[in-house]
Amino acid sequence: MSNANQERSSIETALITGASRGLGAALGRALAARGTRVVLVARGATELEAVAASIRERGGEAHALVADVGDKHAVHALAATASELVGPVELLVNNASELGPTPLRLLFDTDCEALERVLEVNVVGPFRLAKALGGSMVLRGRGTIVNLSSDAAVEPYARWGAYAASKAALDQLGRVLAVELAEHGVRVLSVDPGEMDTAMHRAALPTADPATLLAPETVAGRLVELLERGDAPSGSRIALSAGGSS
Amino acid sequence: MNALAAATRPRGFGSERLLEVDPRRGVLAHHAFAALPALLTPGDLVVVNDAATLPSALRLTSHDAELRLAAREPSGVFIAVALGAGTFRLPTEERGQPPTFAVGERVASGALVGTITGVDSEDPRLVRVRFELDGAALWAALYAAGRAISYSYLEHAAELWDVNHRFASRPWAFETPSAALPITFEVLGGLRQRGVELGWLTHAAGLSSTGSASLDRRLPLPECYEIPDETVARVRAARARGGRVVAVGTTVVRALESSALEHGAPRAGIGEARLVIGPGFRPRVVDGLLTGMHEPSTSHFALLSAFAPRPLLETALAEASSRGYLQHEFGDACLILPR
Repeated sequence: MSNANQERSSIETALITGASRGLGAALGRALAARGTRVVLVARGATELEAVAASIRERGGEAHALVADVGDKHAVHALAATASELVGPVELLVNNASELGPTPLRLLFDTDCEALERVLEVNVVGPFRLAKALGGSMVLRGRGTIVNLSSDAAVEPYARWGAYAASKAALDQLGRVLAVELAEHGVRVLSVDPGEMDTAMHRAALPTADPATLLAPETVAGRLVELLERGDAPSGSRIALSAGGSS
Repeated sequence: MNALAAATRPRGFGSERLLEVDPRRGVLAHHAFAALPALLTPGDLVVVNDAATLPSALRLTSHDAELRLAAREPSGVFIAVALGAGTFRLPTEERGQPPTFAVGERVASGALVGTITGVDSEDPRLVRVRFELDGAALWAALYAAGRAISYSYLEHAAELWDVNHRFASRPWAFETPSAALPITFEVLGGLRQRGVELGWLTHAAGLSSTGSASLDRRLPLPECYEIPDETVARVRAARARGGRVVAVGTTVVRALESSALEHGAPRAGIGEARLVIGPGFRPRVVDGLLTGMHEPSTSHFALLSAFAPRPLLETALAEASSRGYLQHEFGDACLILPR
């Protein structure tokens, strides 16, 4: 085999949120390069269109849908439009995240409204999208939902409280969903990508040395491999930096 | 016969009732909707219309009128019905006269801009409209401009999350294929555990009312449908093993029977349902259906007559009415299926 990227993906269609940069953009490119028809979702139209255009230039199929995953009025349009453009969505990647106010601050210095916004984008938004796309997966008896998590969901790091609480909630939401959807053949995974050299990481930890961080493209490659293998048990939490599951 | 009361709001989880009509034995039975899996037999096949419902009511910003999208042609041109201005509280037939559109006229609903490309010769309220956008941009503008079609008997205007059932996928329906609305994930899990198979197709459910008596008589207009390979295979397998094919909603009946009429048996692919099913129609594929409560004057009721004798349906309705069953989009359900 000359190049793994030339292998055709078994995943026909995917919707990725937070796809205008970082891991979301890298994952969109990696999947599209293997023939997956991808729907990219993010708030910023210009950046998102640029990612979609770069995929199309390489012969891939990508559609840019501008939306805020924290907006309940956006979800039906997103789910229906995605299904119309690429067909029933087989893979949903809930990658968009809200860090909360930066510089990061102690929980008691965090406004309640800021916590609400983080939960809206990181927990309720993914739940809404999972519901909107998951019914069709359940009917067809197949599909995968991937929720992007963080080691902050497990470890109590000071100043990461809002984000950490949201990711812990998302993890547990996914675990329960995995149990409930098992009989329908729909899988749910939590993926901890590790520390990546992204805009979000720079916002959280501006002084971190980029040389110590993973490139989003590397992590995207590992995630695609994991999904193509298809052997991660539904409901499991996978740390991509360690290359194993916990 | 007493009229059925209208369901005036979306129902609470699992609150719908289910009237079972057995045309073979001529008997009726009353259940909670959650009993559906127990009324079916392992090996039966339940087929759902997975169309998502569009926000197809467009308040025009270019005219004092509303355009209701009713169908979409393969070319991308939409068929629409013009209504006079007014909110959902006014029954469509009481809306004022809409303006008469001319071919070439520009229409806009916010950022959604299009051109009238055709006007029906019999009723000028029926028009063709081509929007300037396509792909993702078209759907974004349509979802931003439109609202779900609502009904005058509702307490509040219907939202997309009210009219979309749990398994909605492609946005093909212009009004809700409402028979699937009571199907919860709990019920779907129950069906699987019972050994009932699931199938799906997409049928572009059109308008239930246009505000024009002459146009209403032409309903349903031709509706596009697509049946996937997997569902064709499941229908064949169900029939081979003696399982019953149960359609969820009249749209599924129309799609499967139209395809069977054209090809001898349902065939995978896209088709156009022109078939109007009524008394005397002999279904080739569908053994029974799950549907809402429909009164005798409606085209839905005529379709039901193909599955049960009219006197039995009338008795069922009278009993439903006396027991307080509710009708319309968020109403109670009826399973017409020979035991």
